Amino acid sequence: VLAAEAELKSLMVAGLAGDKAAYRVLLTALGEVLRRYYSRRVGRDDAEDLVQDALIAIHTRRATYDAQQPFTPWLYAVARYKLLDHLRRKRVRAAVSLDDAGDLFAEDESEAALARRDLDILLAALPEPTRALIRQVKIEGLTTQEAAAQAGRSEIAVRVGIHRGLKTLSDKLRGKDAREDG
Amino acid sequence: VKTDDLIADLSETLTPVPRHAVLLRLVQGTGAGALVSFLILWAWLGFRPDLAQAVDTSMYWVKFFYTLSLALFAFWATERLARPSSKAGWPLFGVAFVILALTFLSGMRMMHTPADERMHVLMGHSSHVCPFLIAILSVPIFIGTFWSLRALAPTRTVLAGAVAGFASGALGAWIYAFRCDETTAPFLLVFFTLGMALVGLAGAAIARRVLRW
Repeated sequence: VLAAEAELKSLMVAGLAGDKAAYRVLLTALGEVLRRYYSRRVGRDDAEDLVQDALIAIHTRRATYDAQQPFTPWLYAVARYKLLDHLRRKRVRAAVSLDDAGDLFAEDESEAALARRDLDILLAALPEPTRALIRQVKIEGLTTQEAAAQAGRSEIAVRVGIHRGLKTLSDKLRGKDAREDG
Repeated sequence: VKTDDLIADLSETLTPVPRHAVLLRLVQGTGAGALVSFLILWAWLGFRPDLAQAVDTSMYWVKFFYTLSLALFAFWATERLARPSSKAGWPLFGVAFVILALTFLSGMRMMHTPADERMHVLMGHSSHVCPFLIAILSVPIFIGTFWSLRALAPTRTVLAGAVAGFASGALGAWIYAFRCDETTAPFLLVFFTLGMALVGLAGAAIARRVLRW
């Protein structure tokens, strides 16, 4: 464990300085660590989503790592925060679907049309570029690469954009219940 | 998205992070907010008319340093709480110590005040507006500070929100001190601290919604 700490920390410090190769090695190693961490705690499908969530969080919040401090506690604090967030989200989602079950079963005519309308309403909550990206990639089935080329943005920007957009949507779906419950 | 592709993307677009990036971000948000608060004070309330004479009195400087030191300690704690796995730690003891010191000073003042004048010493002439003016002046600082925090990664969300709110309140109180012409330690202790606490409560109340990442 100590060897891993020293190695991960030096890779992280190099990454903060802008060393892309070291950073890639770091994220690959962290992917393994996170996969082990999450697969023991949630189902297999959720685990991989969480790994990606945590990697994006590690990347976008990397400035909050203080190089004077050990790296592993920081890493696990991020991983744990993402786990708790996920569990809370899931609990809320379960509660919402039970409450709304009656309404859902009552209206099943022209389900597809209704779904499309609901989707439009939901997507309207997002800023235009994100909306278009989600439509293209998640509904029309373009690859992120194609969507990126169309939008004239980098692929990573597209991926992060879609990721955030979906997150906003799931926050919206959780609605009031989630807010009261935190 | 395949995880390997994600890793490739993230590392290809990597940019270096400046040292003290957390502090820098806080200075940007909080500093911009403080500037706006100062302009509001200047345009709306104005400075105390007796400012030139007041700087010769010790209470002026007690007020100045009470609010400033609380703001510094509380922002220090905020900077630490903005990172995963960090605790607020001793800066919060600094906050407690400063408040205790003023409590001692206030007790001394009350002991040397005849009983029938104590109420007046405590309430001054502006106690009914003071905490609210402090809260209002803190709004831009509060917004700036939370803007900063949203890019950071607090894991103890409610505590981080409360401390960041209190810090914004303390800085707002420091700015309000250029206007306030109250001259007693008990007034300062009760009504200034109350104003800061109000802003701290607001911070705790919105933390879960605003500081989630």
